[in-house]
Amino acid sequence: MGKVIAKEVSIAIAEAVAQCKVDVISAYPITPQTHIVEHLAELVNNGELDAEYIPVESEHAAMSACIGASATGVRTFTSTSSQGLLLMYENLFIASAFRLPVVMVIANRSISAPISIWNDHSDVMTMRDSGWIQTFAENGQEAVDLVYHAYRVAEKALFPVALNIDGFTLSHVIEPIELLDQELVDKYVPPLRMKYKLDPKKPISMGAIGVPEIYTEAKKAQDKALKASYRIIMNAWKEFEKLTGRRYQPIESYKMEDAEVTLIIMGSLAGTAMDAVDLLRKKGKKVGLIRIRLWRPFPLKDFLRAIGKVRAIGVVDRAVSHGSTGGPVGIEVRSALYQSNKRPKVVNFVAGLSGRDVTVEDFVELFEKTYEAISKKPRFSYEIYGVKE
Amino acid sequence: MPKDQGLVSWKELAPGMFILEPGNSVKFKTGDWRTYRPVLDKEKCIKCGMCYAICPDLCYKKDEGGYYIVNLYYCKGCGLCAKHCPKGAITMVLEED
Repeated sequence: MGKVIAKEVSIAIAEAVAQCKVDVISAYPITPQTHIVEHLAELVNNGELDAEYIPVESEHAAMSACIGASATGVRTFTSTSSQGLLLMYENLFIASAFRLPVVMVIANRSISAPISIWNDHSDVMTMRDSGWIQTFAENGQEAVDLVYHAYRVAEKALFPVALNIDGFTLSHVIEPIELLDQELVDKYVPPLRMKYKLDPKKPISMGAIGVPEIYTEAKKAQDKALKASYRIIMNAWKEFEKLTGRRYQPIESYKMEDAEVTLIIMGSLAGTAMDAVDLLRKKGKKVGLIRIRLWRPFPLKDFLRAIGKVRAIGVVDRAVSHGSTGGPVGIEVRSALYQSNKRPKVVNFVAGLSGRDVTVEDFVELFEKTYEAISKKPRFSYEIYGVKE
Repeated sequence: MPKDQGLVSWKELAPGMFILEPGNSVKFKTGDWRTYRPVLDKEKCIKCGMCYAICPDLCYKKDEGGYYIVNLYYCKGCGLCAKHCPKGAITMVLEED
């Protein structure tokens, strides 16, 4: 096994990408993603990584370059945040519809306005329906492991993968991290061989028009393939466990065995939420925590299994879906439960916008509010938590 | 029935809806939504090839007599050939007529 070294998470991610022997990196710097691509540029410049680094004029061009490069059958990487992701927007849908295995790390950051460089999930939630495989890491080790996983999955499933890490709270912290031995990486992420690619010796057309007589069929094929990628994602995690002993699942459960109330969260706030679980458990409260690691394709069966027999669920969203009936995760959870025999009460909070601290005390309060939902009908579709009135 | 509008089963599409058969756009009929079609008056035509050069869809082809003849399978009826013909030998005629 590799050595455990204290590293900034962004640097470790860049090193993991380099270990995957990426061929083309194209990115535009934006806080808090910058350290990732800066370090990759350094590795290329120092001759430590044999890759083409394309410094582009915008994120729109960054994603375009990755799509073009990936279409020729080479391994690609990009990274962005916030407005940068929004500038990529139209191309995100093309990458997935073209079934190109582009890998992108998003250091999650709020969207303007008001302008903010701090963390929440409002950027990635705009690409919820883009057809990308989307995962969320909680800590540095997981972020690095999910980089390897992203390449393995993207290239087997033929879908782009967006790996989300919380900006600053994860991207800029120093943690003890183990990078895999190169030998293991080579085994887990073998050289890329794409069956369909732009090759003058075997020409094909990409991007043909989808007339009304074919567009619906194209979308059905894409949707079926994304759902079928679940098996590939699971197998890749099983394979990873065999190689490293580290086990990953689409849904992470904490003290859920006998839980009657749970919160649901994504990303790095889970650590704080687990502390709140421990605190309440000491007081005899049967609480648990669910963290969604795989957001797309949504792991419905794993989710329904994970919630067990809870009586109330509090979904903690990190983004506002303006004018909606809930936050993006809240809507997903309610929708997942509607066809199920399990029908716990669901309350939905929006918390931790733009880097606003959500402390252990806050999570205790969110648990208490969720408890209240058992006995009385929730008043609200969602509550923006922690607002100064 | 809406399902009858589908050209091909979704199961038969290549990933990414890629077209694996190169050069098949020649099969695509682009001349089926034309309003006006160009009609050549051979009496006026001097076989200069302006229509051939100007046509954005490369519809014109030289025949054995040296005249340039439009291929209506592709012609969209844009009228550029008629507009640029130096002898006014091409007239745009309404399709219904």
